[in-house]
Amino acid sequence: MSEKKKMAKSDASPASKATPPNATPKMKGDKVKVFYGEKQALMDVDLDIQPNEVTALIGPSGCGKSTFLRCLNRMNDVIDICRVEGKITLDDEDIYDSTLDPVQLRARVGMVFQKPNPFPKSIYDNVAYGPRIHGTAQSKADIDEIVETSLTKAGLFGEVKDRLLEPGTGLSGGQQQRLCIARAIAVNPEVILMDEPCSALDPIATAKIEELIDELRENYTIVIVTHSMQQAARVSQRTAFFHLGELVEVGDTEQIFTNPNDSRTQGYITGRFG
Amino acid sequence: MTDATMNSKPGTEIRRPTLTGERLKKRYAAERRFRLYGLGSILTAGLILVFLVGSITGTGYTAFLQTYIKLNISFDPEFLDPAGTGDVAQLASADYGGMVKKNLRDNFPEVTSRRDKRKLYNFVSPNAGFDLRTMVIDDPSLVGQSLDLWIKASDDIDMLTKGYVDRTLEESNRRVSDTELVWYDKLDSNDRIESRFNTDFFVKADSREPEEAGILGAVTGSLLTLVITLLLSFPIGVMAAIYLEEFAPKNKWTDLIEVNINNLAAVPSIVFGLLGLAMFLNFFGFPRSAPLVGGMVLALMTLPTIIIASRSALKAVPPSIREAALGLGASPLQVVTHHVLPLAMPGILTGTIIGMAQALGETAPLLMIGMIAFIVDVPGGFTDPATVLPVQIYLWADSPERAFVERTSAAIMVLLAFLIFMNILAVMLRKKFERRW
Ligand SMILES: Nc1ncnc2c1ncn2[C@@H]1O[C@H](COP(=O)(O)OP(=O)(O)OP(=O)(O)O)[C@@H](O)[C@H]1O
Ligand SMILES: [Mg+2]
Repeated sequence: MSEKKKMAKSDASPASKATPPNATPKMKGDKVKVFYGEKQALMDVDLDIQPNEVTALIGPSGCGKSTFLRCLNRMNDVIDICRVEGKITLDDEDIYDSTLDPVQLRARVGMVFQKPNPFPKSIYDNVAYGPRIHGTAQSKADIDEIVETSLTKAGLFGEVKDRLLEPGTGLSGGQQQRLCIARAIAVNPEVILMDEPCSALDPIATAKIEELIDELRENYTIVIVTHSMQQAARVSQRTAFFHLGELVEVGDTEQIFTNPNDSRTQGYITGRFG
Repeated sequence: MTDATMNSKPGTEIRRPTLTGERLKKRYAAERRFRLYGLGSILTAGLILVFLVGSITGTGYTAFLQTYIKLNISFDPEFLDPAGTGDVAQLASADYGGMVKKNLRDNFPEVTSRRDKRKLYNFVSPNAGFDLRTMVIDDPSLVGQSLDLWIKASDDIDMLTKGYVDRTLEESNRRVSDTELVWYDKLDSNDRIESRFNTDFFVKADSREPEEAGILGAVTGSLLTLVITLLLSFPIGVMAAIYLEEFAPKNKWTDLIEVNINNLAAVPSIVFGLLGLAMFLNFFGFPRSAPLVGGMVLALMTLPTIIIASRSALKAVPPSIREAALGLGASPLQVVTHHVLPLAMPGILTGTIIGMAQALGETAPLLMIGMIAFIVDVPGGFTDPATVLPVQIYLWADSPERAFVERTSAAIMVLLAFLIFMNILAVMLRKKFERRW
């Protein structure tokens, strides 16, 4: 664990500075505008998500962080009044293209929600659901293994290994959130979107999740919304600051937290507003 | 400026809630009163229910008993098989009515006048001959024998046994005359009158003779009708609800549909009967009085109930469950079939059973499509003429014979039993499918 922590810290140092600017982004937002009915929630957001990195979205409440996150796997489609303009690509493929199936997109871009939302089924079935519907595991043994590794990665296996068949809704709030993370990584998506995954967790569970995020970075691209400056600083390589629907500033986490370009960013991270 | 002067300023005074005195007493009193009102409502509702069920059971329970008279019956070959052929066809077509009459005369040798004889014949059920015929056909060796048999009494005698005939009334105001009373008392003192469980009530269909009339025809008709209603309204209702709730875009068309469904639920049921008459009978030419058409009409009536109940059950499933499944890459159909529908099932089933219970008790629309006919056979299929329980109750309630009064109540008891059964089923299904969150 301490090693991980060190690693996370060293990432912020100029030597292992996040991604060279010329790397191809995993996801790319180009002039993204989002409207809820008449009301515009995002204004021309240009944001690149680099592969195998943790991108943190920060900003005051209601500034559009969740909205942007939900654009990335088209979860906004289910909101009737929501309209998205602009272009978002995943591996240079337009995800809002009419030929693209949002269902398949969501198998590639997974999501962990702000409020834990386990299915009212057993812990085992919660985690096994994704692999089952995507056919990634054939035999019972395969699924057993996916369930165990996913729960272990989410730091939950030890706590629940004796009651895998009990309902997931019977867990504590923090355990439920880790179950949701295990459920999301069981599908093995390329990108994982996390909307304030630790807002219901105690510091120990939070530390576990942060450690997990750092581990996941090897194989996944992660976008995380957080209200905790410390968390953004600890886990992310890049940070994007949103304010009133605008992307004010994006850059290496180190730079945003030590030397922001915009006075609004400065104000927010030093706690003057937000 | 001192602290004291600052605190005395009205604007800065800190007011904490007072937890004692008048306000608290008032609050407690209001709460006590509210609880009493609630208790009062429950008690009132309970009393009304007890009164209703009590009065129905009070008048109805006697219908489950039937009076029988012990008579010496000789299976006279002169009536049954004058030629002595032993042929079953001959036995089947013989004059059993005449045989019963002769036996009655033989049992009461003192009766001689024509008028008295007619009264005597009226002692037993006009259908007694049919029962004897069945006996003979089952066992032809009875021909020529003479046995003491329990014969079903007529409804007038049955009413007399059950105490519904007031002997103190003037003779002309009674259904049973003085001479008949004398004969009856003689039979009674010889232990030749007996009340038995009225099996016929449960195994026969309607009849003009109260003692022959049974509920089975109507029960079968109701079941056949409800099967059609369920088969039509459940899948259509649930599919419509799922589509409207989960898939349909929210625009003015779906709003219009929603308003119309809510309106349909409030349309008087007889209107559905008229629709059924115009559409199913006159246009499509389906058979009249058939459970098939009855079920279709009731399905029209039940559909809005099921759709509304199913929609609210689907609405009650938290959106976070849908988001969770969608976020894992489940298709909209998978979201519905794997998560939303199972969670909504208890509500959907409860709504369906409530709709079915409504349909079971419905009379008016069925009158329009001819299910009010007098039908003496138990329906054997969906296109046979049939009647249903509530219509049977209506028909019997309309009949002048005193014996139909108790049968009406008994039929209501049967109907209530079915309703209670369905509601228990609803509760059990809900328990079974319910999940903890
Ligand atoms: N379903 C919706 N319908 C209408 N408006 C919405 C909807 N969801 C979000 N909004 C509006 O869009 C804006 C951005 O909301 P969003 O949820 O993205 O904020 P956020 O940055 O995630 O805030 P928080 O930190 O509080 O979660 C807000 O003004 C909000 O009122
Ligand atoms: Mg949010």
